[in-house]
Amino acid sequence: MKNSDFDWKPLLLVPVLALVALPLTGSVSTWLTLTVAGLAMGMIIFIIASGLTLIFGLMDVLNFGHGVFIALGAFVASSVLGLMGDWTGSGELWRNLVAVFPAMLVAMGVAGAVGLAFERFIVRPVYGQHLKQILITMGGMIIGEELIKVIWGPAQIPLPLPEALRGSLLVGDAAISKYRILAVVIGLFVFGLLAWTLGRTKIGLLIRAGVQDREMVESLGYRIGRLFVGVFVVGSALAGLGGVMWGLFQQNLIPQMGAQVNVLIFIVIIIGGLGSTAGALIGALLVGLMTNYIGFIVPTLTQFASIFLMVAVLLWRPQGVYPVANR
Amino acid sequence: MSSMNTNLLAMKGVHTHIGAYHILHGVDLAVPRGQLTMLLGRNGAGKTTTLRTLMGLWHASQGSVRFGDKDITALHTPQIAELGIAYVPENMGIFSDLTVKENMLLAARKAKNAEQMDDARLKWIFQLFPAVEKFWNHPAGKLSGGQKQMLAVSRAIVEPRELLVVDEPSKGLAPAIINNMIDAFGELKRSGVTILLVEQNISFAQRLGDQVAVMDNGRVVHSGSMAAFSADERLQQSLLGLAL
Repeated sequence: MKNSDFDWKPLLLVPVLALVALPLTGSVSTWLTLTVAGLAMGMIIFIIASGLTLIFGLMDVLNFGHGVFIALGAFVASSVLGLMGDWTGSGELWRNLVAVFPAMLVAMGVAGAVGLAFERFIVRPVYGQHLKQILITMGGMIIGEELIKVIWGPAQIPLPLPEALRGSLLVGDAAISKYRILAVVIGLFVFGLLAWTLGRTKIGLLIRAGVQDREMVESLGYRIGRLFVGVFVVGSALAGLGGVMWGLFQQNLIPQMGAQVNVLIFIVIIIGGLGSTAGALIGALLVGLMTNYIGFIVPTLTQFASIFLMVAVLLWRPQGVYPVANR
Repeated sequence: MSSMNTNLLAMKGVHTHIGAYHILHGVDLAVPRGQLTMLLGRNGAGKTTTLRTLMGLWHASQGSVRFGDKDITALHTPQIAELGIAYVPENMGIFSDLTVKENMLLAARKAKNAEQMDDARLKWIFQLFPAVEKFWNHPAGKLSGGQKQMLAVSRAIVEPRELLVVDEPSKGLAPAIINNMIDAFGELKRSGVTILLVEQNISFAQRLGDQVAVMDNGRVVHSGSMAAFSADERLQQSLLGLAL
């Protein structure tokens, strides 16, 4: 028996997909641009999906309302950034970041607080009842969207990138968006923090154990309900952060943006294996890359790219790339 | 001495429903302090449901469960575990994706990391179950069935507990491993731990049990000393359909 039996095959899918796309994109510079864009998109989706996959893994809760935290985070950030116009309009990067980071923190705080109420009043009464969970969490999202319309109005609102984050850096002939580089950096930071928490702390150990067998965790004397509330709040806050990043990525916001991203994140957690954060990362990167490559090579198929990818992965591994044991 | 003091666990008139099904029909079960009680019975008699009910995994719809002088009938599972009851379910409840060390660390509630676990107790556990030490850093999912069972029991005793509740520890194990388990439970008994075991392996039950309770159709239909039960072939035949 080997000490480490880590399954590397799913991890190889990311470079394999990138290499397969290389000859199809026509030039190395185009490929590099698309690859960085895909990785950035993947990291943003991962930030959003990581919370959702743990929420499902820990308590079998199908939270179709996760999207509302994405939209809420983005709209809250738009208000905060709107108050900091002098800072976002500056050409100095540090002044832009001083505006963006507090906006992200406030968005995470509001999304987390609303997540706490969402769990208490909407999710908790329907533990263990999947059909009711789907219906009531979708209902929660619709109400959330309507409240966003009441507060920020029903129209699309712009969320322009701060001055110094606009434009691209040239690497050879490839144009790499500055914001996408920032998105990859933030995504890697969040992934690192999440990996450290899950892999190196007792709370992380409890979460990983709870995803596999929550009844046994309770039998060992831990109150998994409290743990779940914590994970739900953190997952909602991460969705809020992802919403800010997605909003800046798209540069405009609509109240329904959460519902649109919801589809992508469910594809990601199904590809990854329900409850698996490592799987969610692989799934998110694959979806991000696939969407960008197909969007360039066969634009008419962009909407279907993620679904093709999911079907292909499930034909290979029906439980997702990293299925969680005991589930 | 009153029964409250001699019996560490006492279930009285416990009924349990699972959905529309009425599984336990008034279970009366006493587990004397410091002894090993065997819970026997045919498949479907209600043994596992009895253990899950006492652990709060399913709640009794009627009757009472007392642990020491405390009524635990309505408590939730973590509260029951905190009182000092360790539970090993039939499927062992091993976290396959975690290492053996991480499985043990989870059960050591006071320890934040492996370094804070009680060294002396770990050494004692390693003597009982050398496989746990041998595969300390290995994924628990890669262990054999016997090694998993050893890990499950080790995890249950990584901190001192008053009552150890184990559901079919010999299930699916090779005879050599079963002998190892018998030795280990014997050592645990000598250390003063009160033990409640569900078993189907009659030889296992006979070699370890001080007391016996036999279930049928969701009730305890016989209880007494294992020695007396072992000596009465007619009773065994009528309750279990076989002789020990």
